[in-house]
Amino acid sequence: MEWETVLGLEIHAQLATNSKIFSGASTAYGAEPNTQACEVDLGLPGVLPVLNKEVVRMAVKFGLAIDAQIDEFSVFARKNYFYPDLPKGYQISQFEKPIIGLGFTDIEVEEGKPIRVGITRAHLEEDAGKSLHEDYQGMTGIDLNRAGTPLLEIVSEPDMRSPQEAVAYMKKIHSIVRYIGICDGNMAEGSFRCDANVSIRPKGQEELGTRTELKNINSFKNVEKAINYEVERQIDVLESGGTITQETRLYDADKDETRSMRSKEEANDYRYFPDPDLLPVQISQKLLDEVRQTLPELPDARKQRFIEALALSAYDAGLLTADRELADYFETCMKAAENDTKITANWVNGELSAALNKENKSIAESPLSAKQLGQLVLRIKDNTISGKIAKQVFAALWAGEGDSADSIIEAKGLKQMSDSGELEALVDEVINANPGQVEQYRAGKTKVMGFFVGQIMKNTGGKANPGQINQILKTKLDA
Amino acid sequence: MHNKTLSELSTALQNKEFSSEELTRYFLGRIKQHDQSLNSFITVTEDLALAQAQAADQQIAAGESGALTGIPMAQKDIFCTNGVKTSCGSKMLDNFIAPYDATVVKKTNSAGMVMLGKTNLDEFAMGSTNETSFYGAVKNPWDLNRVPGGSSGGSAAAVAARLTPVATGTDTGGSIRQPASLCGITGIKPTYGTVSRFGMIAFASSLDQGGPMTRTAEDAGIMLNVMAGFDEKDSTSYEKENEDYTRSLNDSLDGLKIGLPKEYFSSDLNPDIASVIDAAVKEYEKLGATIKEISLPNTGLSIPAYYVIAPAECSSNLSRMDGVRFGYRCEDPKNLDDLYSRSRGEAFGEEVKRRIMIGAYALSAGYYDAYYLKAQQIRRLISEDFKTAFSDVDVIMGPTSPSTAFKLGELSDDNDPTSMYLEDIYTTSVNLAGLPGMSIPAGQVNGMPVGLQLIGNYFQEAKLLNIAHQFQQATDWHQQTPAGFKEEH
Repeated sequence: MEWETVLGLEIHAQLATNSKIFSGASTAYGAEPNTQACEVDLGLPGVLPVLNKEVVRMAVKFGLAIDAQIDEFSVFARKNYFYPDLPKGYQISQFEKPIIGLGFTDIEVEEGKPIRVGITRAHLEEDAGKSLHEDYQGMTGIDLNRAGTPLLEIVSEPDMRSPQEAVAYMKKIHSIVRYIGICDGNMAEGSFRCDANVSIRPKGQEELGTRTELKNINSFKNVEKAINYEVERQIDVLESGGTITQETRLYDADKDETRSMRSKEEANDYRYFPDPDLLPVQISQKLLDEVRQTLPELPDARKQRFIEALALSAYDAGLLTADRELADYFETCMKAAENDTKITANWVNGELSAALNKENKSIAESPLSAKQLGQLVLRIKDNTISGKIAKQVFAALWAGEGDSADSIIEAKGLKQMSDSGELEALVDEVINANPGQVEQYRAGKTKVMGFFVGQIMKNTGGKANPGQINQILKTKLDA
Repeated sequence: MHNKTLSELSTALQNKEFSSEELTRYFLGRIKQHDQSLNSFITVTEDLALAQAQAADQQIAAGESGALTGIPMAQKDIFCTNGVKTSCGSKMLDNFIAPYDATVVKKTNSAGMVMLGKTNLDEFAMGSTNETSFYGAVKNPWDLNRVPGGSSGGSAAAVAARLTPVATGTDTGGSIRQPASLCGITGIKPTYGTVSRFGMIAFASSLDQGGPMTRTAEDAGIMLNVMAGFDEKDSTSYEKENEDYTRSLNDSLDGLKIGLPKEYFSSDLNPDIASVIDAAVKEYEKLGATIKEISLPNTGLSIPAYYVIAPAECSSNLSRMDGVRFGYRCEDPKNLDDLYSRSRGEAFGEEVKRRIMIGAYALSAGYYDAYYLKAQQIRRLISEDFKTAFSDVDVIMGPTSPSTAFKLGELSDDNDPTSMYLEDIYTTSVNLAGLPGMSIPAGQVNGMPVGLQLIGNYFQEAKLLNIAHQFQQATDWHQQTPAGFKEEH
């Protein structure tokens, strides 16, 4: 039987505030355990939550970025369950009235075939602390530094049909939250993580199959792997006559498998109810207008502009605009290269990206500034150096051997030879030294042209202007 | 010394008739002498009190004192006090020392008041008799075989017995007004949002409200001036200008329109109590008030609505008492579930467990709509009843409690909690609506005090205090002292 996969994601984006969602404690990552938890985060008796207004602005910003319904009032609710790293015995979240309602975003897996993914809702909630099971023989340590860190939980519709689409969607949301500056997107530190709802159904069937929820996936690669594993597992179960149990499963990246955490029957009854300690959140038209003013150009719009105004290919534009910093880098670079778009795009997506990947650096950590790379591109464009020489200059700049392309070209004497008298002499020299090849050429074997060019390049260390050389050679040989 | 009002005490301190230290030692002495029989204090903070008194004396000497500088008071043991045990009447918090002060405590401290100690209460404020306290029942100073009411029974008994000039209380369904009524003192529960709930251990967050328990309405106004005010640490605290709650005390009541809800005077009401209330109302007529019968048709629904909403909120509020970070933890837990169930099972009393179970049930999937949501709808109906009534009258009056203080064990021993719950029949609707309510001594039945309840419109505390004060100018019920507590020392 042919199966269709149906996927929905719940993404948790940690909001990039300085202090927690309901207390003044710092949200900085990596401090000594329990040094960034105040009496509110510790859930001591008598303390009360006070909403950090910044998280509301951030959530609204996201809502505007996905064209979502944003109601005037939203309500915080308590999600009740016992766990040692949940200090109050309930998590303050949102249930019936989330701050952000239905919105959408478009993704593209195959070029030119956009897929619209609905975003059911996005709601604010506080993160829990961490249970530390190692180092405490037979006991568990609790670190409440993370408790009360603001999260935006972004819930998609079951609109994705393949792991590739799920990854594209996750990347898209990652791109948006970073563009609008509400989340640092750091997946290694858990600032951006997701749960995946996975089900399968016979192709053509309308009704959804029973779903399982895969918990806590913290990389793009693992989303794909976890879903692939789970889909295969579900197909095996169904094809061997079994049924899928609705349950929560944990993806184990080390073993590349999912395993059951708890079934629907074992699931908590969270006893949600509106939190009486907090008033409903009111979002005024004024706030909406203010936040709208702060929205940057979003990835889709920027990609479209790169295609239309800069005449870049959809592929190049897509690569360049996925990350706001990369797109900013490109635009700065392009300006330094006197608005050259194509060579700049090739260099940013090519040499630069490869070098960054190789050293596992982000664009922000690039040893080459956008301006430096732009100046290098400019020297390619104005024929001061060839593309091949430019790679040498790039490597030198990367290694910090000079401040600018020009100073390296100068210091290493890499300037392209474009003086026609000088080049003619070089051509004559090669023609005279290789009468056999000249004869071949004249007998119609024009391919030997490459041999002559190669000889000249070799003699000049690559500095001769290849276009000019070709022209002079042709004139002399055809004469 | 112990019959002086706050302003008389303040004058005496300013005039150096006695020092704050002398005054404080006097009340500490009374506590030592009488509290073994009353059990109104859980903790007496003698050293702290004397230190605060000495500091107050220095302030008075330096001419830097305010209206309450150097005057002793007691905090209900539900308000967190930095460095002093805050037990909430529970074994669960017997070892809990908060590293912060409740906003109310911060305010009485900065007013220069001297804290004598922390008063007894029903466990986590859940009860109407003060018998659910881990620290034992409080006795009513008017009859040591009777209860003082609850949950602020310790504060009420201590004020009635003159062990402290004033005390704080909290009121979720009548916990200030009912013990005030049963002990013959004055107590006011302000409009929800008037007194900060920060540091006040939550029972039912949407209903809890702190307030003063005093002998006179004037004292209540002076205390409310200190306790009330917007607090950015409490999101439900109401943001408005501070007001002087004593500003209208002496206004005439001529033309005051009093509403008497017919539902409060049904045949169920004890006729002796009814005649005390009638007499009080007649007193008001003498003062120029006019009387009108009104109806609060949903009064009968207030108990069922209250006993869904309050337990629902408490079931969640008390989840933090899990034996993990503070409070009681059972010996040698075998695993996490064992740690939770034994710590909570061993440390919570019966009434607390009962309410947690009721609340968890009312919130559970499949029952939420039928119970919690329905109760919230009733809550709105009750608020509407009051809104309609206040379009016609200035104040609503009636009994605070359907009976005088009952015997210890009378309601708690028969294992029928609902009869205790019915004690709250006249008080809970005020919390559900968030209105201000007050109880003042209005007479006695068989030597036991009877309280008159005054219910005002939102933020009409000054008006309520005016109405209460004028009654107290015309009567002396509030000055009655229980036998055995009249003598100096």
